[in-house]
Amino acid sequence: MNKVVNNVEEALDGIKDGMTLMLGGFGLCGIPENSIAQLVKMGVKDLTCISNNAGVDDFGLGLLLQGKQIKKMISSYVGENDEFERQMLSGELEVDLIPQGSLAERCRAGGAGIPAFFTPAGYGTEVAEGKEVRIFNGKPHILESALTADYAIVKAWKGDTEGNLVFKATARNFNPMMAMAGKITIAEVEELVPAGELDPNFIHTPGIFVQRIFKGEKFEKRIEQRTVRPKV
Amino acid sequence: MALDKNGIAQRIAQELRDGWYVNLGIGIPTLVANYIPEGIEVEFQSENGILGMGPFPFEGEEDADLINAGKQTITARKGAVFFDSATSFAMIRGQHVQLTVLGAMEVAQNGDIANWKIPGKMVKGMGGAMDLVASAENIIVAMMHTNRAGESKILKECTLPLTGVGCVKKVVTDLAVLEIKDGKFHLIERAPGVSVEEIIAKTEGDLVVPDHVPEMKL
Repeated sequence: MNKVVNNVEEALDGIKDGMTLMLGGFGLCGIPENSIAQLVKMGVKDLTCISNNAGVDDFGLGLLLQGKQIKKMISSYVGENDEFERQMLSGELEVDLIPQGSLAERCRAGGAGIPAFFTPAGYGTEVAEGKEVRIFNGKPHILESALTADYAIVKAWKGDTEGNLVFKATARNFNPMMAMAGKITIAEVEELVPAGELDPNFIHTPGIFVQRIFKGEKFEKRIEQRTVRPKV
Repeated sequence: MALDKNGIAQRIAQELRDGWYVNLGIGIPTLVANYIPEGIEVEFQSENGILGMGPFPFEGEEDADLINAGKQTITARKGAVFFDSATSFAMIRGQHVQLTVLGAMEVAQNGDIANWKIPGKMVKGMGGAMDLVASAENIIVAMMHTNRAGESKILKECTLPLTGVGCVKKVVTDLAVLEIKDGKFHLIERAPGVSVEEIIAKTEGDLVVPDHVPEMKL
């Protein structure tokens, strides 16, 4: 089944004001940067964005925050972004902070048809407020519900025309779970190859989870914290 | 003299055991990797999706796709593996990781820890810390004993929003090694040249002090 669309415009067609989006990535690593640039161009507003982080002020989801396109963020860590902190503390931006493992599992559950699950993470903290608590094996757990999205936008290293995806190194992060949890999942890839070129043994995300795939025009792949050691 | 951040990391590294998988948090915990005792092998897990994390890359060899949970560029050791975030937290929640080292803003004598939020001031989020502290059996907290104003961060009760309840068993600060048992801090070791009196003065929580408190050996 051919999932290829010609460009980012076609890929993001149908995204409207008020929708819920999932965006893959950890920090600036593995984010769908071409699609984010297109969302800025489209000017869609009142978005609910589910993403582990919120980018930095001038890259990643920070670009959508600058344009006040996001109404609500569901994330686990939002440091390193002054505009985010300003909008959150002033109440302009609604923010739901959830533990990283719970965020990953809630996306996975959403894609896997599991409506909710119990986890020990967050018990006894603000995160547990209003949530059902149950004891399993003598230990308290809280009930967390699944997350889904109108569109999930992920970034992969290689993809084929069937939508099968392979990620590189730690750029995998949230992308596979979010791909599962989108009603429509869009994959932007660095290399787009014909079906049959990827070894089926080494595909990370099966194409069944992907509805549209395109080759990103340009990847800046910005590094947030460049740390090196001197050559001896 | 009180330890610096590297000294704290060096002392924590003595807790590593051969064959352990270890998760190091951001800040002082990251430095622990520089002091692995000779003759033991450990693998570092970073919750963004790598097991077998290696040192920082040589200049010019950084890869934007290869970072740790602190978003720093890293390398992968031989035998390393990459995985998605759900698998990563399955390792953590499922207690497949033997030791977690993380920083804290406050620790209380009942084992509570606070490290993610100062209401009205600083809200960065908990990242993976809540998952880590809720599940890890073996948690060591690396922190300074007092804040910049000299006030104790080793408390009867945490004042900041909690990250986890009753989970911390060991704390290594710039002044001391403390264990948490039966709702109290127990003084195990003191930093070289630091007096027991200074530690008592800078500890707000209940502190059990044995007759003899050995100095840390670094």
